[in-house]
Amino acid sequence: MVDREKRWRGSDQLDQRGRPPRSLMVALVLACLTLVTLDYHGGPDSPMEPARRVVGEALGPVETGTATLVRPFTSVPAWFRSRQSLQGELADLEAENSRLRSEAATASFDRNRLAEYEGLTAAAGTLGYALVPARVVALGPSQSFSRTVTIDAGSAAGVRPDMTVINNDGLVGRILRVTRTTATVLLILDPDSVVGSRLGESMELGFLQGRGVLGRQGRLDLELVDGSVIPARNDTVVTWGSQGGAPYVSGIPVGRVTSVFRSLRETTQRAVIAPYVDFGSLDLVGVIVPSGTLSDRAVIEADGTLQ
Amino acid sequence: MTGLRAAVAALAVVVALILQVSLFPHLAWQGIVPNLCLLVVVGAALTRGAQFAAVLGFVAGLALDLAPPADHVAGRWALALVIVGYVAGRVRQETRPTATAVIATVAATSFIGTSVFALSGMLLRDPVLPVTEMLQVIVVAVAFDVLLTPFVLPPVMTMFQRLEPVRTA
Repeated sequence: MVDREKRWRGSDQLDQRGRPPRSLMVALVLACLTLVTLDYHGGPDSPMEPARRVVGEALGPVETGTATLVRPFTSVPAWFRSRQSLQGELADLEAENSRLRSEAATASFDRNRLAEYEGLTAAAGTLGYALVPARVVALGPSQSFSRTVTIDAGSAAGVRPDMTVINNDGLVGRILRVTRTTATVLLILDPDSVVGSRLGESMELGFLQGRGVLGRQGRLDLELVDGSVIPARNDTVVTWGSQGGAPYVSGIPVGRVTSVFRSLRETTQRAVIAPYVDFGSLDLVGVIVPSGTLSDRAVIEADGTLQ
Repeated sequence: MTGLRAAVAALAVVVALILQVSLFPHLAWQGIVPNLCLLVVVGAALTRGAQFAAVLGFVAGLALDLAPPADHVAGRWALALVIVGYVAGRVRQETRPTATAVIATVAATSFIGTSVFALSGMLLRDPVLPVTEMLQVIVVAVAFDVLLTPFVLPPVMTMFQRLEPVRTA
């Protein structure tokens, strides 16, 4: 045994050390292919789901802890913004402010009417939904060619698969799977994500699909059901909603139309949507849960109260 | 010793994985982060040979496939990193490899690993993406891995070298 150890260091045995046994390589590759086959054909109830859950239960808290440690440092670059960029920002905001003020002044009638409707929807809202706040603790790499993140709220916080995830700006994605303390969110940018949505102005229905992995901001493709409708630029896109609010509740703003094109092969109109959410700096999000859900943290009800 | 070695290797993979998903996204370029798990596997291959690295590659790949934010078909990273471990192990030399050799190995294996992952995705249509975009991701990923090599590989290789069974015992 000692001899063999010694001889392995010698150059004559280099090849033996460099080349692993063929049986081992075959076994490893076959194991990988078996996993792929099992998971690919299993679909949502594949035999790999329990394994994912076990790994998630183990690593989820570690990810949460690491993200908590890292968070104070990620805000450092924001301190070093130059005076000029701050001034530019101020000018932009002032311009936007005055534009909004004039809009608000001219639209008092609309506003009154809207207030009535809003009262109705708020009433409906209090019957339905509440928000569980959560933070993003891990992001999947682009090398995996998918856009998913982990948030630090899991089944203990009342989060279940197929719930809608939003933030201040709009729709973020939906819950794919949960562990006790974490949940995996499929972002709407993921090429596998399809969101039923509606144009704000014409109420036309369509399907929003993620465009791929590159870009901090990201883009979405909107395909309208009715091919004759041409979406207006800067028109808002909101979710259409599905039965029982799963996976997406209705009326969540998603983004605005940036450009429209008609593909020759297909008969439908396609529009490119810029999402309202900045996916590059995603942090605080909310999961929409049924009102009155039991949770390990404060739940924000539709009327703004904490529970 | 073997148990300890396995435990340390597994710990290195877990640390790499956690840093990769929780810390490096803040430094990422368009969501592309350095593939630390791949660097650990290459480090193991350059010090301990292809056999150990292929097994470690399987473990690391499985962790990448199953740990929370992942949503692709399981087994794809495992396959990619087994191949990475094998290829990197074959270029291993008796003497400690030079810096250039290490960087070349990282670049080559990073390209192979990410490409194998992308190709398996194309075969399984999971998800459907334009090839140009995939190539762009692969090129940036290789650049990132090479950039991180001077910081990650020396400690990893020293660690695996220390764990080598004592030859005179």
